Amino acid sequence: MMNLTPETLGRMDEAIAHYPVRRSAVLPLLHLVQEDQGHVSDEAIEWIASKLGLQPINVYELVTFYPMFRRKPIGRTHIKVCRTLSCAIMGGYRTCAEFQKAFGTGLGQVSPDGEVTVEFVECLASCGTAPVVMIGDKLHERVDAAKARSLSEDIKAGAPPAARGR
Amino acid sequence: MIFRHVDEPGYTSDLACYVRNGGYEVLRKAVARKPEELVDQVKRSGLRGRGGAGFPCGVKWTLLDRKSGKPIYLVVNADESEPGTFKDRYIIHQDPHQLIEGSMITCFANRVERAYIYIRGEFPEGARILERAIAEARAANFVGPDILGSGYGCEMYVHRGAGAYICGEETGLIESLEGKRPYPRIKPPYFPAVLGLYQCPTIVNNVETICHVKHIADMGGDAFSKIGTPNNTGTRIYCVSGHVRRPGTYEFDVGRLTIGELLHEVCGGPLPGRTFKAVIPGGSSAKVLRFGERFRGKRKVGADMVEYDWGVEDIPLDFDSLGMVGSMGGSGGVIVMDDSVSMVEALGNINEFYAHESCGQCTPCREGSLWMKKITARMVHGDARAEDGALLKSVADQIAGRTICAFGEACAWPTQSFVAKFGDEFTAYAQAKKQTRAEGAAELV
Repeated sequence: MMNLTPETLGRMDEAIAHYPVRRSAVLPLLHLVQEDQGHVSDEAIEWIASKLGLQPINVYELVTFYPMFRRKPIGRTHIKVCRTLSCAIMGGYRTCAEFQKAFGTGLGQVSPDGEVTVEFVECLASCGTAPVVMIGDKLHERVDAAKARSLSEDIKAGAPPAARGR
Repeated sequence: MIFRHVDEPGYTSDLACYVRNGGYEVLRKAVARKPEELVDQVKRSGLRGRGGAGFPCGVKWTLLDRKSGKPIYLVVNADESEPGTFKDRYIIHQDPHQLIEGSMITCFANRVERAYIYIRGEFPEGARILERAIAEARAANFVGPDILGSGYGCEMYVHRGAGAYICGEETGLIESLEGKRPYPRIKPPYFPAVLGLYQCPTIVNNVETICHVKHIADMGGDAFSKIGTPNNTGTRIYCVSGHVRRPGTYEFDVGRLTIGELLHEVCGGPLPGRTFKAVIPGGSSAKVLRFGERFRGKRKVGADMVEYDWGVEDIPLDFDSLGMVGSMGGSGGVIVMDDSVSMVEALGNINEFYAHESCGQCTPCREGSLWMKKITARMVHGDARAEDGALLKSVADQIAGRTICAFGEACAWPTQSFVAKFGDEFTAYAQAKKQTRAEGAAELV
């Protein structure tokens, strides 16, 4: 079974109540499942479908469309480096390479120690403080190569909770 | 106007601070007014949408089907995704109650009883700030079943997206809010004002636009229309990024500044030892402008037609002037590139974005955006050919105008403009045996 926390289940019911049509709650439920379990499994897709009175394909087609949902577990810390123009011209590619080097990992993979997954993402809407990186839910601004190295050290040393998260 | 308080020291995002600075007073007065009168004020204000298209807000509201008997919805478009744009994030983080007050005034004016803020998935912190602010506003009776004892009620919820740019397109956003893939709808018949969310009349407005509504309700439409220039009224938040000394968000009267004034005086000019090469004035889909090119024609000033002869620096930052020079004010995202940037690589970067974000519904866009990306990536990775500029243009020309939504134009315009204005660079790129990157230049593809 799904083993969702009581808190997640409570937040799901609250989310469903926000809409006159239950189907609208698919995205909120997918976010909640992913926050709870780290990724969206086949079981979760079927579970959400049944919860909202939908076919599994109605949920599955969203998981495959929206970039933020993932089908497989990732590293304990998720590092998303902005790839788009304003960050790139300020050195975003180099920032991304520094993170990969620090953890000895390729793009989109789980690092060998299971610590991180480094990804390129498209514009994070903080172009004025480029290059930017999201670590978990937290945005880090002006992350040049040196700052990427120091953030990597923080993560390895067990960064403060605000900078962590899936 | 919108940033009046946010930059003050000690200004916080909580309700108490907002109220201390006069917050929700405009809503208090608004709910005692006639809804039609508020709509009229917004019409008189000349406010144009700040999300990208610059469509007049009052007209959008007037198009609402009020006779259908169906509920009317407001959806605030906070899916800020146009590369180069970062104003909505700032408003949401620094002053969420201004957005909520503007939303509630909009709802009251249009008899909306349920509003959603569609916030992009990459703003988890912003979503939490908004949820907390709505809860505060509800507890204080600024949102909820009986707003300020007026008998008028409206609920408001935050809905998070999940990383898809196309959700910024208003009908795609509506599909997404209905729990579907965000494939944009065909217009007609699916104009949101008639057949929007759940097939009900729906207003979709940008965050900044909604904030302006508060100020229009406060000062009156006529007073607002005197700010800025005719047909380009109010203030506008310019988001400047890239190669300037002081990037950031700056609010000015629309059209008061030229591109040169914004970049040199406000943003401190180019980085040491560099010169400006190109600027994209309205988000990455706006057509690029090349420093050194001239724009000539006639424009209306008052009742007269006056000739203009502008360099890039001379172009006033308003919707109409940027349109006249073949680009657009768009979302207000101004991306600056200096002489260290290779235009072939910059286009390669932009093309990768659009290829990633095409929803795949229409063939010309799905295939075309991918081919443009493949061509520029091949060029950058060592196999540039003499015919590539023409090839890119031919692909782009077959996308624009042939798709359900404006993404077709959004992905074609960068390629069309880069190739047209920097054709020499594309040719030189193909002729060079080996590409050398300027000193200090970053990798872009």
